[in-house]
Amino acid sequence: MNQFPDFRDPRAARIVLSRIAELATGQPHRKFMEICGGHTHSIYRHGLEELLPQNVELVHGPGCPVCVIPMGRIDDAIYIASQPNVVFCCFGDMLRVPGGKLNLLEARARGADIRVVYSPMDVLTIAEREPERDIVFLAVGFETTTPSTAVTVLEARRRKLSNYFVMSNHIRIVPAIKAILDSKDLDLDGFIGPGHVGTVLGNHPYEFVASEYGKPLVTAGFEPLDILESVMRLLAQKAVGRCEVENQYTRAVRDAGNPVAIGVIDKVFTVRPHFEWRGLGSIEHSALMFRDDFAEFDAELRYSVPGIQIADPKSCQCGEVLRGAIRPWECKVFGTACTPETPIGTCMVSSEGACAAYYNYGRFNKSPRIPVTAV
Amino acid sequence: MCVGIPAMIISINNDKAFSAIVDVEGVRREANIALLADPADPVREGDWVLLHVGFAMSKLDEAEARSTLEFIRALGSVYDEEVEALRVQD
Repeated sequence: MNQFPDFRDPRAARIVLSRIAELATGQPHRKFMEICGGHTHSIYRHGLEELLPQNVELVHGPGCPVCVIPMGRIDDAIYIASQPNVVFCCFGDMLRVPGGKLNLLEARARGADIRVVYSPMDVLTIAEREPERDIVFLAVGFETTTPSTAVTVLEARRRKLSNYFVMSNHIRIVPAIKAILDSKDLDLDGFIGPGHVGTVLGNHPYEFVASEYGKPLVTAGFEPLDILESVMRLLAQKAVGRCEVENQYTRAVRDAGNPVAIGVIDKVFTVRPHFEWRGLGSIEHSALMFRDDFAEFDAELRYSVPGIQIADPKSCQCGEVLRGAIRPWECKVFGTACTPETPIGTCMVSSEGACAAYYNYGRFNKSPRIPVTAV
Repeated sequence: MCVGIPAMIISINNDKAFSAIVDVEGVRREANIALLADPADPVREGDWVLLHVGFAMSKLDEAEARSTLEFIRALGSVYDEEVEALRVQD
């Protein structure tokens, strides 16, 4: 069952594409970054990049939470998972993220009780069923995922569960966008804004992208027409020299976001002074940790994790891919030493990572794209 | 993990807090609706929501979806009219 199959209507897509072709004519080369990994996945799944005019390029940003986890954090996770009496729960795409020596899949093979969950609520169920074990959830994700973790913590307190713990790797979208905008090799003309984060935060937090950095941003949905319409709107702004934050995804994103979700995040979490991002380095105020009032749920306090920083492997160019400085197939190890089965870098791990999307959908043809003709 | 999927609310579980059964592309599963707990606009059977890691994050507004599609189609009709006008000139 699909609510709106029309968002994949080829005729409507051709209309938008011809408008894009018109708008792009006479404009210089335009580079737009889609921040969210969900967009990256959709762009490659539907082959949208190849439909765009040659002077319109999409660059894939850092919005895949799996892709920005540094190796040191995986080592911390494995340290906790290897403690006696621990059941360690995570989303499936975390299993192959490389640590300094092992990934979670290998740690499981060595005897750690590591379980894959679909929802943080499943972790609470395990905690209730196995009261004699310590149940630890590896929480990752931007503001889209954070409220769900916060709800489980509030629910654990309500149910008086004393064996539920969370290792928080929740990250914040705004400091990440700022880090991209402040990077020296930045060469972008605008942004396709992350629609799912928008359902929580609304569209206002992105205003600074236009007002302070002079780049347009269009918050977009995830269907092919959503993404194409957003590219069209960015080009339309560029054509007349406008620079604004727009919302294309009005069916899901309200201007004020979701106040309930923002409220639960704020109740449980507070901002970390610093957090290490793979490829981007340490970014101020870019992640969340537990408030003192919820410290009893903090797995990092319970297990005093090693917290050692490990440099990314030299051969891996995830950092440059995440900043949009190079394209995935330009990385030295893409598709050879680094594949989804044996990833060196995190961009190859998650299906939302730019490298995995390129690899899985075979879209690394370096020949010029076919120009789009009018309908 | 970071994907949001449109899902339809099939029923609200009255015996369990903030729980609903949803249909995701033909698969039925339980979803948590705590984040849509708005007394002024409660979740109802038949509503479409965006589902993310088992939580309903946002209601999908049908009128807004239609207006987006209409906007795109209107672009097409403007385009068609222009092409038609060119043909007439020829």
